[in-house]
Amino acid sequence: MKAAERSLLESPVLAPAPTPFSDTEIARVRSEFPILKERPHGKPLVFLDSAASSQKPIQVIDAMDDYYRRYHANIHRGVYHISELASEAYEEARAKIGRFIGARDAHECIFVRNATEGLNLVAYSWGRHHIQRGDVIVLTEMEHHSNLVPWQILAQEREAELRFVPVTPDGLLDLGGLDDILDSAKLFAFTAVSNTLGTVNPVKHLSARAHAAGAIAVVDGCQAVPRMPVDVADWNCDFMAFSAHKMLGPTGVGMLWGRKELLDAMPPFLSGGGMIKVVNLTSSTYASVPARFEAGTPAIAEAVGFSAAVDYLAALGMERIHQSESRLATIALRRLAEQSNITVYGPPMEQRTGVISLTVGDIHAHDLASILDSEGVCVRAGHHCNQPLMEKLGVPATARASFYVYNTVEEIEVFIAALDKAKRIFKIA
Amino acid sequence: MKDIAGMDELYRDFILDHYRNPRNAGTLEHPDASFEDVNPLCGDKIRMDVSVRDGAVADVRFRGRGCAISQASASLLTEDIKGKSLAEVERLNADDVVANLGINISPARLKCALLGLKVLKHALALEYQPTEEEKAYPDGQPS
Ligand SMILES: Cc1ncc(COP(=O)(O)O)c(C=O)c1O
Repeated sequence: MKAAERSLLESPVLAPAPTPFSDTEIARVRSEFPILKERPHGKPLVFLDSAASSQKPIQVIDAMDDYYRRYHANIHRGVYHISELASEAYEEARAKIGRFIGARDAHECIFVRNATEGLNLVAYSWGRHHIQRGDVIVLTEMEHHSNLVPWQILAQEREAELRFVPVTPDGLLDLGGLDDILDSAKLFAFTAVSNTLGTVNPVKHLSARAHAAGAIAVVDGCQAVPRMPVDVADWNCDFMAFSAHKMLGPTGVGMLWGRKELLDAMPPFLSGGGMIKVVNLTSSTYASVPARFEAGTPAIAEAVGFSAAVDYLAALGMERIHQSESRLATIALRRLAEQSNITVYGPPMEQRTGVISLTVGDIHAHDLASILDSEGVCVRAGHHCNQPLMEKLGVPATARASFYVYNTVEEIEVFIAALDKAKRIFKIA
Repeated sequence: MKDIAGMDELYRDFILDHYRNPRNAGTLEHPDASFEDVNPLCGDKIRMDVSVRDGAVADVRFRGRGCAISQASASLLTEDIKGKSLAEVERLNADDVVANLGINISPARLKCALLGLKVLKHALALEYQPTEEEKAYPDGQPS
């Protein structure tokens, strides 16, 4: 499909264009992230690895601290005051995070440990209930290992067939043969945004094609939810998983959103306390969703922190976050294009977000990241949990820079200067 | 905070030279021992072929891809071990590898530097003393 047709199908850049953050706004945001005062190796911290995990504002840290200091207790089982406070905070978090991604009903929102667990929940519970021998599961070649390995295991166990939507050399999904690939498929799982190349996929279109083929659409929202407005109702997908830690929230918590009628019909994934209705010695009946999928004591403090993170993002505005990140990525791509011996991977700016994978001359990504680190610049180096995609690109490893709400244009210049240092050390022009 | 080696010092000319022009590169046609391993963190990969005569390393070749530290230290290692007895090779440890590189390296990069030695010892079925981190993650850092 041509670029123009693709952007007609779905434009991730929403009109009318909201304005990126002003310098004053970014300065205020930065003042709210305590870690940005750190000076690794005596240099200001230039954190360009938010796609792996973002930093946390004081509001999130305080919310969790306040929970532990004032109202920590196990939820749902206590009849005393602070347990009620904790239960309320946990359920409010669920409802708020649900609204943030366009869920119509908080019962469709399941707290999980992270996106990986959310995807496994679908693979184990929905997958083992529905996928039979010879059934077809469709993925793309750009999936994170977390949206690949659970389906491989399911396919092996059920002798199902895995098919892949290919990726073009510039890192877009090749949608030419999509309907053939989806023919008679039961499930199509794909990422909304590539964590390696920054590619923004046309989720709404992909969900529609999945449904037309009779498949359900499972979206890995890990990279999309932190950086652009997401509305699962508009996407019209069936499941969507994401992690708090990539969107200013704590580690240890994430969410799986699923269509109520699908969740209602699914067997438990993990079992034990908290997910039952009546327990006998030899059998039990299960609670309704979401409790059915939240066995054991959940990450309560983390849910409270997750909720504070969503408040923070909502106050900034997701459209403005997206605009600001696109602005930084545009500037970075332009500056990188002016440099010699730098190869940037992935699609043109119109189809990507603020995630940039690159190599410099014959410098291995790991060496590059070490040298950048000596200048206080944090980037990721490696295969980014995307080994098959890297093989396809023919690159052993890349360095990946990713931008978020607290990054500045000045930091791009520090990054470029650090790349120059690497070239100097490796004697590359 | 732990100081890391200055980058100019870490990537000295001879290390870059071993990275770009690895010694004993390639494979042996009839090796007595060979082994290949990867460091999944950054995709560093090294294969070593060794031929042994009279209890000593008669010849060695390696092939790999990865960062300058892993490739240069593998290259240095192949120069170091030719003619050495297996008992001598067995005694080689992390300190020797670091001494060959001539610099102190951060714990994060030690894994890279040691990959060659690890592969060599596996190939010859010799005792390899894993670092604490390698003990915790025998297959390399998960990622
Ligand atoms: C696209 C994508 N999917 C899934 C994951 C897995 O997220 P987590 O490790 O939080 O489960 C990541 C994180 O690296 C990601 O970028």
